[in-house]
Formats: sequence, C-alpha cells, structure tokens
Amino acid sequence: MEIDILQQLIIPIIKILFIAHLLIIGVMAMIWSERRVSGWMQDRLGPNRVGPQGLLQPIADGIKFLFKEDLIPNHVDKPLYVLAPAMLLIPAMIAVAVVPFGGTITIADIEIPLQIADINIGILYILAITSLGVYGVVIGAWASNNKYSLLGGLRSSAQMISYELTLGLAIIGVLMLSGSLSLRTIAIEQGANPWQWNFFIHFPAFLAFTTAMFAETNRLPFDLAEAEQELVAGYHTEYSSMKFAIFFMAEYMNMIVGSGVVVTLFLGGWHFFGLETMGGPIWSGIISFAIFFIKTGIFLFVFIWVRWTLPRFRYDQLMNFGWKFLLPVTLTSIVVTGTLWIVTNGSRLWIGIGNLVAAFIVVAIVAGILALDTNSKSVGQDTLAAPPLRGLEAIE
Amino acid sequence: MTAEHVLFFIFGAVSLIGAISVISFKHPIYSALSLIVTFFAQAGLFVLLGAHFVAAVQVIVYAGAIMVLFLFVIMLLNLGTLPAKSALTGKMKSIAVVFGVLLAAEVIFIAISAMNDTEVGSETTREAAAAFAEKSVTTYNIGELLFSKYLLPFEVTSLILLAALIGVIVLVKRENQTHN
Amino acid sequence: MALGLEYYLVLSALLFTIGVLGVLIRRNAIIMFMCIELMLNAANLAFVAISRSLGQAEGQLFVFFVMAVAAAEVAIGLAIIVSVFKHKETINVDEVNSLKG
Repeated sequence: MEIDILQQLIIPIIKILFIAHLLIIGVMAMIWSERRVSGWMQDRLGPNRVGPQGLLQPIADGIKFLFKEDLIPNHVDKPLYVLAPAMLLIPAMIAVAVVPFGGTITIADIEIPLQIADINIGILYILAITSLGVYGVVIGAWASNNKYSLLGGLRSSAQMISYELTLGLAIIGVLMLSGSLSLRTIAIEQGANPWQWNFFIHFPAFLAFTTAMFAETNRLPFDLAEAEQELVAGYHTEYSSMKFAIFFMAEYMNMIVGSGVVVTLFLGGWHFFGLETMGGPIWSGIISFAIFFIKTGIFLFVFIWVRWTLPRFRYDQLMNFGWKFLLPVTLTSIVVTGTLWIVTNGSRLWIGIGNLVAAFIVVAIVAGILALDTNSKSVGQDTLAAPPLRGLEAIE
Repeated sequence: MTAEHVLFFIFGAVSLIGAISVISFKHPIYSALSLIVTFFAQAGLFVLLGAHFVAAVQVIVYAGAIMVLFLFVIMLLNLGTLPAKSALTGKMKSIAVVFGVLLAAEVIFIAISAMNDTEVGSETTREAAAAFAEKSVTTYNIGELLFSKYLLPFEVTSLILLAALIGVIVLVKRENQTHN
Repeated sequence: MALGLEYYLVLSALLFTIGVLGVLIRRNAIIMFMCIELMLNAANLAFVAISRSLGQAEGQLFVFFVMAVAAAEVAIGLAIIVSVFKHKETINVDEVNSLKG
C-alpha cells in the first residue's frame, strides 16, 4: 500500500515539479542564449553586464516586468484580454507531459520511467495540445481591439491551420515504422545508433516537420503574426508588463517542447551509441537524461540560428510554401514509406533512399509547374493563389 | 461514488454550462469560446468511456480546426460591430424555454425506453460491456475496422471532403473577369 | 462497476436539446451554426457511450464519420456565410430572406 502511494502520487509529483521548473529555467536560459548568440552572430557582444557573462540578465528582466505597472487599456475586451496570455501559456506547459526525457531510473526496486505520463496516444495528445496554442494568439489579438493586433491574429490562425496539416502528415511515416502512437515506444523503436534514427529514414518528413514547427511556434522566418515592420508587435501590441512576459515565455516554452518532440520523433530520443545503457540502474537514467538534454539544446540552437539567418516570408510566400511544397512532400512521403515497407519487407535503407528521391521529384515537379505558370501569366493576374489568401484579401 | 461518477458529473456539468453559454452570450466570440469549453468537456467524457483516440481526434478536429475556422470568420467579418438585433421578446423566450424542457423530456424518454427495450440494456450485454470496458478500444482496433469492414464508408468520406473542398473554392473565389 | 449508459444518454439528450433551442431562438447565422455542431456532438457522445455498452468498437467509428462530415459542413457553411455577408452586410437570418441576390 505504501509503495502504491509512493508510485502513483509522490513520484509523479516530483517529476512534474522537476519538469515544470526545468521549463521555466529553460525559458530564462533561452532568453539569455538567444541574445548572446544573436550578438555573436552579428559580431557584437549582447548583454554582458548583469552577472558573469550577463547570465543574470533574464532575472533582471523578470524583476523589471514584475514591477512594471500592469495596465489594461480602456478599449479592450477585459475578460478575454486577461485570459489570452494564460490560454497561450497553459497548452505550452501541459504539452510536455508526454515527452519522454530519458530512459528509466531504478531506485530500491522501483522502476521510474523518466516521463510524466506514457499514454498510448502520446503524439496525438501533442498535436491536440499544440493546436490549442493558437487560441491565445487569436483571442489576445481580438480582445486588444486594435486593427494591427487583429491582422496579426488573422494571419496567425490561417498560418496555424495550414501548417498543422503538415505537422500531422509528416509524422505518419514515422508512426508506420514504429507501429505505436506512444512517444516512448517511438523513441525506443528507433534504436541506439544514429544511422537508425528517423532523421535519416524520413529526412524530407523531418525537414517538413521542423519547418511546420517553426511556423507553429511563430518563430522567424514565420513570425508574420508579430511582424514588427508591418504590424507594430502584432497580437501583443496592447500588452505590457507581466502579461507580455507570459506571451514571451509561452513562445519559448513552445520552442523547448517542440525541440523535445523533434528529438523524440526523429533524433532517437535519449539514445546515443548505447551510451545510455552505461553505468548502474541510477546512472544510466541520468546519462540518458543528459543525452536528451544535450540533443534538445542543440536543436534549440538551430532555432536561434535560423532566426538570425533567414529573412521573414511574405504572407503569400508563406501560404504557397505550406500548401504547394510542404504538403505534397509529406503526402508523397506517406505513400512512398507505405509502398516500400510492403515491397522491401521493411528495409529502412530503401525507405530512406526512396523518401529522398521522391521528395526531390515532387519538389522539381511543383517548381516546374509554378515556373511554367508564372511564364504564361500576364502581369496583375493571380489565379493560382491559395484559398486562405482569398479570405484575408476579403477584409481589405 | 467512484472516480467515474465524480468525473462524469464534473465534465457533464461543464459541458452543459458551456452549451447554455453558447446560446445565451450575445457576442459570437464568447459563444465560440463556450463551445470550445463544451468540446473539451466532451473529450474528457470520451476518455472516461475508454475512447482515448476519439478524445484526441475530438480536440484536434473540433477544438483545433473547426473552432479556429469559426473564430477566423467571426474576426474576418468583424461581427462585434453589428447591431445585435434579437427577434425574441421576453414572452417568446419563456415559451421557448417551456418547449425546450418538453423536447428534452421527450428525447430522454425515447432514449431511455429504447435502451430498455433493446439488447443494450440487458444483463448479458452489460456483462460483455464490463469486460469490454476493461481492455478499452485501441487505435489499432479502430484502424483495423476502418480499413476492412468500413472501407467503403471511409472512402466515401474522403469524397465528401473533396467535394467540400471544391465547393468552398468555388464559393469564395473572386470572379476576376466580371469585376474587371 | 462502470457508470450506466442512461447517465450518458440523458446528458447527450440535454446537450442536443440545448442545440435545438439555440437554432430556434438565435438569429445569428454563426451561432445557429455552432448549435448544429453542438447537436452533432451530442450524437457523438451517445454513439461512444452505446459503443461501450454494446462492447463494440463500431460506435467510435461512426463518430469519425460524423466528424468528417461535420468538418466538410463547417467549411461549406462558413463559406456561404462569408459570401452572404459580402452581399448583404448582415448574417441575421431574418434579414436574409429573398431568393434573389
């Protein structure tokens, strides 16, 4: 009985507290590293005054946010205006519940999986929860009662719906090979060695998934919802003080969770050359957690790297890219994976090669059609723009 | 009182409150948000019934896609600025409530009597159901059924979606030729 | 012992009734449309509950078909609402009463 309570109540609570605090510390670390890395990339210093290497800068920023006046403008819709930041932050925080952040730790004959909840529809849960993040943006935008905010919210909702399709379709190939929706099983099925990971088997799907992830987290080059040059600050123009900070935190939390999901789905989770099985029952768990942590960190660096390297897309480019390139590539990936799986009896090498070749062919065909289309089209006519664009044009 | 009882009453109450808010809020945005709350509570009920996959799809499809479309349209048309005209006077509203209660009583009566008349309510099915509830339907079972016994309806569904896609494009497409 | 089917059926019936009432008393096309979704969801709840009571997975499959049809219906319906609004500047169904555009 005592062991039951320990296993069912105390250990999960410890795990939840650990992960929740890790997320918040991760957000602070991300804010610091984003500014330092961008400084490094632009050949300047970045914040380096508060604490060693400017490490305490996020804390100073947090204190500043806390002590700022929390003002609510007169023209906003008050209940929704207050609710919106929470609606963005909560999905970001609860999505992490199903991400496995390591193998298992065995203490006193109790095997503890390093994951808050291993539910059998894990990846669907992630998709469901991330799709809710859009409400915070849309409601915040609408409640602000400001036309720039509203435009940002409209852009964001159209963008989210478009890229969610890619997000969902890109993982189907992965699910076919692992035969399970549980993130833990998917990570274990991939095996210990890097060449067995889905990163190589589903390379086009990996690229599509990552791109869609950038779009879902509203990161550059897809941050049209808060494009400074066009929309002031988009959906959070009217927000200040801690409410703005919550929007900010939610964005970084989404990035961290997204990186964790990508690492689990495509980069083998906590596996690395069998290193995670070294050491005793306790140490192997800690090592596996460290491996997962480092992989997620590297992927987060990619997030920052892309942000300071690529310019922002235009709205029609964003829609065209999503519907005309990413969607066909992921759909072909499903067909090719399924066919080759049957034909070659599940040879992962052939599936990997087939996916790459098919993606090249699809991109070439789409690019060819688009090139032909622009050549034959007279100036000022755009008959082929994607449907969501029509919707946005209607308000102008 | 088992855990299922408690959770059922919580989710049921939330979904009913949400549903009533949908029809009583003046502004469409608030109605849409209440509907999202209802859908969530229903997803909770699906989990309670052991239908985990359905619950996830409910959140993805309804809360994640359909309601975003609703919000998109409400914001696009900026309906908040329209004068909210109500065709109903106070008297008609009370009549509506009376008839609503009557309708509810009727639907409940039909449902319960149908349940008692057919094999659903019989003891043997109850035992089978208890055994069934233990193992719960997995995604695997659903996929298997969907691609064998119900393959034709599944394909017809895809045709419906295709038809809807084409229909929407035709409906909202701006006719360049006639306007220019 | 699992909760009886009748609880779920009563809840489903209540939700359905609220949906019907919404369609009858509200004149805003978008809210009427949401109420239709509410009715479909009430039916879905009954499907899943009966699926468990019968011990068959079929009920859950029908929920998928309902959801697919609902998605198609929402897309078409909202497109119609948008084009009606462009034409008439209103979505009050009492004011959209002439067949001729």
